[in-house]
Amino acid sequence: MKTRLWLWVPLALFAFFAGLAGYMLTQPKDQFVESTMIGEPLPDFALDPAFGGLPGAAKADFAGGRPRLLNIWASWCLPCIAEAPQLEALKAQGVEIIGIAIRDRPEDVARFLARYGNPYTRIGSDRISEVQLAIGSSGVPETFVIDGEGVIRYQHIGDIRADDVAVLLAELEKAK
Amino acid sequence: MIRSVLALLLTLLALPGAVPALGQDTMPPAPYAYTQLEDPALEAEASALMHTLRCLKCQSQSIADSDAPMAGDMRHQVRSRILAGESPDQIRAWLVARYGDYVSYEPTVSATTWPLFAIPLLVILIGAGVLLRRLGRRRGETGAEAGE
Repeated sequence: MKTRLWLWVPLALFAFFAGLAGYMLTQPKDQFVESTMIGEPLPDFALDPAFGGLPGAAKADFAGGRPRLLNIWASWCLPCIAEAPQLEALKAQGVEIIGIAIRDRPEDVARFLARYGNPYTRIGSDRISEVQLAIGSSGVPETFVIDGEGVIRYQHIGDIRADDVAVLLAELEKAK
Repeated sequence: MIRSVLALLLTLLALPGAVPALGQDTMPPAPYAYTQLEDPALEAEASALMHTLRCLKCQSQSIADSDAPMAGDMRHQVRSRILAGESPDQIRAWLVARYGDYVSYEPTVSATTWPLFAIPLLVILIGAGVLLRRLGRRRGETGAEAGE
């Protein structure tokens, strides 16, 4: 009898793996690739202004003691429209947001800001995703908390939803 | 009535095609995204490396195989860094420092991935052990039968 039970083990294992595979097929794919640069200083960069209205962005702009947000976005990115009101809310709380526009044109940046609001103090133009790759960002939009010493402290992947605002404010507070 | 339903259906069908430009940039590719290095030896080095790096946007492709703008920008990084004298290992390490093992499209043995390599070996060994024991037992049985 004991040996009989043993015979069922391979079938049970097979059923387990088949079930697991079937279950995983129904789960949404996790497409987020997290940056492994958290805790590391920002790499050296100096980007030209993304359009005529604001200065460009450089590593030096993150010095001076207070934490800031670094927002990776683009005028061609749809979720960036969705997060615009949340960036405005963060700006209203006194947060300084420095933008980096990925693969973007000045006229498109200007049009986007005129339409959806401008929460930025500076926007650098990253035409070939150079700075994006250097900080370990894998898409738009992404938002990084940078402390007063220019060290990356937190990464938010995807658009900022209403309930992410409090999380980001808390992370900014922690980075002080 | 039928006509308006048809018109509605047609507009619905046309909808996905109506927003082609959004969600994708219109910028020209980075200089070295689609342009090979002039030195064939350096290009071969760059190409070999590009086949072992994962596209971050289209995760089932290497950056050598992907047409995503970001993969183009990564190829530009690889080629321009090779041209500047960096070794493929240095460039790979630079990317792994930013994205972790994930960016490696070539499986490497590390603290988290070693079971992937160890388990199949273990299973084969167990299988071989079971098989040998069974065959040995059967031979013993037939031997005993023959002796009877």
